[in-house]
Amino acid sequence: MCLSIPSKIVEIDEDNMATVDTMGIKRMVSLDLMPDVVDIGDYILIHVGFAMSKIDEAEALQSLEVYQEMLEAMEEEERRQVIETDDNCDSRGKV
Amino acid sequence: MNRLQLKDLYSGFRDPDTIKALAWAINDETKKLKEPLKIMEVCGGHTHTIMKYGLKQLLPSNIDFIHGPGCPVCIMPKERIDHAIALAQIPDSILLTLGDMIRVPGSKSSLALERAKGYDIRALYSPLDALKIAEENPDKKVIFFAIGFETTTPMTAAVLEQMVKRGITNLYFHINHVLVPPAVDAIMADGQAKINAFIGPAHVSVITGAKIYKSLPEKYATPVVVSGFEPVDVMQSILMIVKQKNEHRADMEIQYSRSVTLDGNTKAQKMIEKFMKPREHFRWRGIGDIPLSALELREEYAAYDAEKIFADILPTEPIDDHKLCICGTILKGLAKPNDCKVFGTACTPNTPMGSCMVSSEGACNAYYRYGEI
Repeated sequence: MCLSIPSKIVEIDEDNMATVDTMGIKRMVSLDLMPDVVDIGDYILIHVGFAMSKIDEAEALQSLEVYQEMLEAMEEEERRQVIETDDNCDSRGKV
Repeated sequence: MNRLQLKDLYSGFRDPDTIKALAWAINDETKKLKEPLKIMEVCGGHTHTIMKYGLKQLLPSNIDFIHGPGCPVCIMPKERIDHAIALAQIPDSILLTLGDMIRVPGSKSSLALERAKGYDIRALYSPLDALKIAEENPDKKVIFFAIGFETTTPMTAAVLEQMVKRGITNLYFHINHVLVPPAVDAIMADGQAKINAFIGPAHVSVITGAKIYKSLPEKYATPVVVSGFEPVDVMQSILMIVKQKNEHRADMEIQYSRSVTLDGNTKAQKMIEKFMKPREHFRWRGIGDIPLSALELREEYAAYDAEKIFADILPTEPIDDHKLCICGTILKGLAKPNDCKVFGTACTPNTPMGSCMVSSEGACNAYYRYGEI
């Protein structure tokens, strides 16, 4: 019920309606509840036929960057564990 | 800075490797936890994500989820479904509602069964369609059975605004819009669920702003993290909660920063304020009466208020659930769907006995679809 889908504005009409692209599907939505001015190319959240907010691109990019760093940290940890396991095998081999 | 692509807003927050990295970080951080975590995800959308992506299986055993009351279809008491049915049976009427509402059983029937009998009952994609239907059917009484939490309330208000602007006089509203904070307070006041952290709703908060949860950490010493609905969002929110616990903090934090601010959508809030006011009493399915937990139309709009105009045909007696259905206990966070005797046997999504099985956001429906956790 409260789900909402990120969409991109492709056209804005005179009667405060916008055409949006939701993963390749074009739909019409009302901009009556939008607090900010929106432009073509903006990302917005859609709920039951209305745009409800603009998605903050800088915040989204920042989150994705944090995840990228976490992934790198995990990969490094995994590599370290593999090397340590190898070392242990080597040492066992020498005994 | 790379410009964001639309697909990043989906795939970036559903990435399996990121989910794995977050699970790894949570498992590491949880080693320091002093007490088990009982996290209430208030909103059914989060329940759905936790089940769909099997997130519980990625987490240590000392993190448990309590599924909250944030499912507007689930909390609708039977007497109000009977209202919808009575309204649909008015001669020359068209009854409109949203989503799964049509399938929820009332005391004797559901809107879907009444539709099969020939009554004009329609499930809308958007409340905006109500305007078109009213204009195209000037001789009919068009009644919108409006449901939803704070996310969906402004859309009803926007329809009211347009209705007044266009001079439409045959559209009526039966308002069932409910509020998150009083329901959470009622569950915490009950105290039985032993919740010690909250995942705050995503799109309710887009409208209201995260400010509505600011009192929770103060009152109950519980962390609250307002989370997006994607699996990466939920995992990051859990990590934020565990970190707060380890640092002995109880704060309100926003994980869903790409869409939620402290103040929310003030235009939508003003639109609601113009047409609606808090209702003195509203009975929640399973939870019971919670004062000031829902909205009603202001007196100025009484001519459009279906509850006032058609008061003489609307039943007033509260009606309890089927005695085998434990939906109410689940909504209070005191039981899981598989504690129910009729779960998956007499009660399935095709033959729901209770509202938690009807809605795709209901805990029973999610457990049935994605398997138990």
